Amino acid sequence: MTAAHSVAVTPRMAEPVHHLSEDLLLDYAAGTLDEAASLVVASHLTLCSACRSELSRLEAIGGALFATMPPMDLSAGALEAALAALESSDLDGLPASASQKHAADDRKASILPRAVQRYLGGDLDTVAWKRLGMGIETAEITLSNSDEAKAGKRSFLLKVPAGKAVPQHTHDGNELVLILQGSYKDEIGTFAKGDVAISDGSIDHRPVAGEGESCICLVATDAPLRLTGPLGAIINLFVRV
Amino acid sequence: MPMIRHCKAYVFPIMDQSTVVIEGIGLSSRSSNRLRQARSHVIRTGSKKKFMTDAHHADSQQLVEWMQRLAGCQDRDAFAGLFAYFAPRIKAYMMRSGSDNAAAEEFAQEAMLMVWRKANSFDASQASVATWVFTIARNKRIDAFRRINRPELDPDDPLLQPAAEPMQDDKVVEDQTARTIAAAMDQLPEEQAVMLRMAFYEDKAHSEIAEETGLPLGTVKSRLRLAMGKLRSLLGDIEL
Repeated sequence: MTAAHSVAVTPRMAEPVHHLSEDLLLDYAAGTLDEAASLVVASHLTLCSACRSELSRLEAIGGALFATMPPMDLSAGALEAALAALESSDLDGLPASASQKHAADDRKASILPRAVQRYLGGDLDTVAWKRLGMGIETAEITLSNSDEAKAGKRSFLLKVPAGKAVPQHTHDGNELVLILQGSYKDEIGTFAKGDVAISDGSIDHRPVAGEGESCICLVATDAPLRLTGPLGAIINLFVRV
Repeated sequence: MPMIRHCKAYVFPIMDQSTVVIEGIGLSSRSSNRLRQARSHVIRTGSKKKFMTDAHHADSQQLVEWMQRLAGCQDRDAFAGLFAYFAPRIKAYMMRSGSDNAAAEEFAQEAMLMVWRKANSFDASQASVATWVFTIARNKRIDAFRRINRPELDPDDPLLQPAAEPMQDDKVVEDQTARTIAAAMDQLPEEQAVMLRMAFYEDKAHSEIAEETGLPLGTVKSRLRLAMGKLRSLLGDIEL
């Protein structure tokens, strides 16, 4: 599933330090993780070979469970019906081969994994940033599952200027943050490109972006965050981050 | 990966063992009954042929060979072999996820067409055939039940961080691995195995498992974590 042919093209960068939790990987492997969180997982997997092998391990367990399932016979003629469907489609031609697809790729460097670009319909230059104040900007990512969106799950990009802080806050729900560019530091530690920060209501923090370049993150959340600093209660009334 | 050795003049290795399998591939209920009889007979007599006389029990080398023949020359017999083995499992997987009989059957057929379409992307050095088909069925289930395209990494993404030690291309993920996992599953306490099955088969989030079992969410999570930890220690350093 990982692409051996990409090895020659992509230089190795530092492996991420902060990884996906086993819960997240298990749910992703089983196919039960919500869309917003799955987008963060898929993006981290792009940047982290260690979590990719962990996922392969979990999927192998899923595959073994699947193989040991008591089979349920299909009705008579099921194979013939499938073969007939093959006849009526263009499947007799060679399936699109991986190498053909590979040759068509453009190699332009981006900080956005393709999983994210697919949602945005383009690269970083197509992102419509919305100012939140204090130099912080966000861009909503439209999810395809409207039920999950209605239940408060969302995903967005967040940009914090170099050296600037996000106001002190906590989370009513769970929040996943993947660093795509730059870094930030908070009470938990330093998070750099490829790292995932997993927060819940027990974390009350004031992340500060590293110097040098703005910090761009992919965020998945299932509830708005709540500001906890001195002016937090007032700002909470006006801003929905 | 070994190239396809013989596309047209292929002889089913199982054909000379038993013609029952060939009939069984047609999946008429009559031949499935005969298949079952054949299987029980073989199991009763303790013959070593039992994996070869039942399409439900194809060995993994056979599955890999079918996959390669499907990718290499769209071999319909190979597809029939894969169909006989996997379609009934995909159907079972969907019914455990809440589909009715007709929907599960249609789904199994569609998933098998996906297997055909994607046969070229199967890489025996990366995953067993069962694992690969499981991921196809799982993604199709996500697509069908939640109407989303599952966000996935693009293997051709220029951002892809290469593996520290690239996998060897000639290594085929062996049947051994799947058997080890199955054996390890058997050693799990039932309460943990149940959680794993619910998570993998029944499309249930941790919160739903908690609701259904009446257990606190923390207990569900910790049992799943225990189960995974136990499996990992039982599996040791096996490359998957």
